[in-house]
Amino acid sequence: MGAVSQSSPPKLNDATKAVHQHYKELARTKKLYSFLTIGILSVILVAALWFANASNSGKFIDRIPYFFDFVLNFLPDDPLEIFRALFDLPSPYADGSLKYDYEEGRHYLFGDFYLPEYFYEMLVTLNIAFVSTLLGGGIAFVLCFFAASNLVGSKAVRFVVRRIMELLRAFPEIVIAGLLAAILSLGPIAAIAAVSIHTIGALGKLFFEVVENADMKPDEGLRAAGASWLERVRFAIVPQVLPNFTSYALLRAEINVRASTIIGAVGGGGIGEVFRLSLSRDHAAKTYAIILLLFVTIIAVDQLSGWLRRKMVGDQAFQFGA
Amino acid sequence: MMTTSNLTDERRSELKAQYADVFHQDPVKKFRPIAIVVALVAYLVSCFFFFNIPQVFSDAKWDRAGLYMADWVSWQAQPKFRFRDEGLELQYPRFSPLGENPNPDWISSTEAGDVYRVDFGGNNFILVQEGLVEVTKNGQRYDVVITDDAALLPENASNAFEERNGRVSLSFGFAGNIEIRNTQVRVWRRFWGWENFFFDPSSAYWGMNGFEVLTMIAAGPQLEEGQSNLSVAVNDFLYNAEWQHADVFMKLLQTIVMAFVGTLFAGVLAFPLAFIAARNITRSNAANWFMKRFFDFLRSVDMLIWALFFTRSFGPGPIAGIAAIFFTDTGTLGKLYSEALENVDDKQREGVKSLGASPVEVQRFGVVPQVLPLFASQALYFWESNTRSATIIGAVGAGGIGLKLLEAMRTGTDWENVGYMVILILIVVFVFDNISNHLRSKLIGEEAR
Repeated sequence: MGAVSQSSPPKLNDATKAVHQHYKELARTKKLYSFLTIGILSVILVAALWFANASNSGKFIDRIPYFFDFVLNFLPDDPLEIFRALFDLPSPYADGSLKYDYEEGRHYLFGDFYLPEYFYEMLVTLNIAFVSTLLGGGIAFVLCFFAASNLVGSKAVRFVVRRIMELLRAFPEIVIAGLLAAILSLGPIAAIAAVSIHTIGALGKLFFEVVENADMKPDEGLRAAGASWLERVRFAIVPQVLPNFTSYALLRAEINVRASTIIGAVGGGGIGEVFRLSLSRDHAAKTYAIILLLFVTIIAVDQLSGWLRRKMVGDQAFQFGA
Repeated sequence: MMTTSNLTDERRSELKAQYADVFHQDPVKKFRPIAIVVALVAYLVSCFFFFNIPQVFSDAKWDRAGLYMADWVSWQAQPKFRFRDEGLELQYPRFSPLGENPNPDWISSTEAGDVYRVDFGGNNFILVQEGLVEVTKNGQRYDVVITDDAALLPENASNAFEERNGRVSLSFGFAGNIEIRNTQVRVWRRFWGWENFFFDPSSAYWGMNGFEVLTMIAAGPQLEEGQSNLSVAVNDFLYNAEWQHADVFMKLLQTIVMAFVGTLFAGVLAFPLAFIAARNITRSNAANWFMKRFFDFLRSVDMLIWALFFTRSFGPGPIAGIAAIFFTDTGTLGKLYSEALENVDDKQREGVKSLGASPVEVQRFGVVPQVLPLFASQALYFWESNTRSATIIGAVGAGGIGLKLLEAMRTGTDWENVGYMVILILIVVFVFDNISNHLRSKLIGEEAR
């Protein structure tokens, strides 16, 4: 490039002009597409909002002024009541009604030592989540090798296994829970089955993607030494993928704690169910006690699992979607 | 093929001594995997007893399981034969799927109407008459005599017969079962398929096959004054009393809308907030900390709690669902967005800054182009996964198909409707899954999914 005079714009030759022209056209098209996307999104959004508002039992604008009424009218008699409800201590307001029967829920373990009701229910929910993660993760672990293109040559096998995983992932949990609840009666077993089945699908997909990204050199080495398929999977693939598998399983355990709370609310037992009951019965102190317990537990589980994951696979466990 | 090694003992010990660290493993490390597996198995076993699984399984009503599963893909007709003073009378329940004047080919009677025959397929049928029901199962005949106050078990009764309180019942397997009482004989006859899926018996199109329906729409006589035959057909289909297509579609649309609007709003709000939460963009520890704890709070309160809370504030319906998804995902997306922002390449910002751009322009041209595809991709991922979770929070009252599913399951008899809704949900999830995957691979490239 030679010296360019400051006063007049540089003269462009024809080729550069064409490039410049082309660039401007592309930029214009891109802008047009952006506006179109935003326009279409806004139209869908307005239609969706109108539809949601029309089919809601309370109208959004009408209800806004009363938004905080529920919270304001839903206060315990005094802040300490929340902790009495949480630890099943006798309430000074006790009048024999269900609202203040905190001591009733005690689970005596030995002697005078008891587990407060909500801690027990939280334990049920946590156990549902962990058992489902273990069961679902175990089955996903077995299935995932059959879905990986670098381990299974047969397209048909891969196709079938992948479709099964997709089906298990997309099948509404609430239906599995509902069906089993009708057979086994309401309770944690239905929740375990529902959450496990979803976990198989969700973890299976993540697992086989990890397997497909594995380094195949150890596998080639073992194959050259005459190892069987099972031996190759066991000694070449599993040691590579196990840290990532564990990390995903821990992430899933976090999600499953939330999922089993929700399943509990629709009849799967555990903390979700007592929460829904106390909220619908207007038992403020109990409700806040459960919210507090859930909040602390979820944060604790997230932190613990985050710490374990960081220890196992380093910071890459926290890069998501990128 | 493995070949046997021909190492001498001497050479072997020499090698062991040379590479001691390879042959000697730390016992703690060696046994850790086994210890972990043992601990996990022990945990599962303890949970086996914690949930009292043997008890639950022995109390389970396994006979119901087959029935409910069969209900997904089959239906029942329930005629009744009553012994009246006037003689034998055949009755159908109200709103029977067979219509008002059914004359099914599996029930036949004598001219006088004193003997009815019900066929259960194969060599199975019953002959009903006053005082006696002749049951033929697999070609073997059993006579059930009916006295004034009880039905009597036949003398040659097999185990398939059951007698309780003067009532004799028998199952023909999938084809159905019967119950014989002193006053009536009840019949449950089961058929494959979804009955009256398109038109219910109150519709003029009921009982027609697809071709007949098309002919009727195209050239048939006008069915209703001031309404085309097509609109009658559409109307009768949508308001089919047994399948409630209109209501199911409406609820499904609510679920889709909840996920779409909730995620969109969450993304739009999380976008600016994430700039405040990101360490490298807002240089204030207090603001970063506060914003991040705010995201944690929104996330950790859990979608269920938000859903129940907003159901109380706004009343049951999709607005509560939208608000619940909006709150939870503002937290989740905000956290992810701020982490993405903290990982941006600083060179572009410095470049824009060195040209004298204002702080807003630095973000607009130095940061946003880097992260926008990633942000959109993450929002799309959550849109897709929220379509699934919107089903379940709907069940606690937050609108959508969840509640309808729960209601259909609670009745215990509408499993075919549950099956129908499940299929619709699966289709929606698959379609959205593919749209979202397609858009995401366009946004951030194939390898990044």
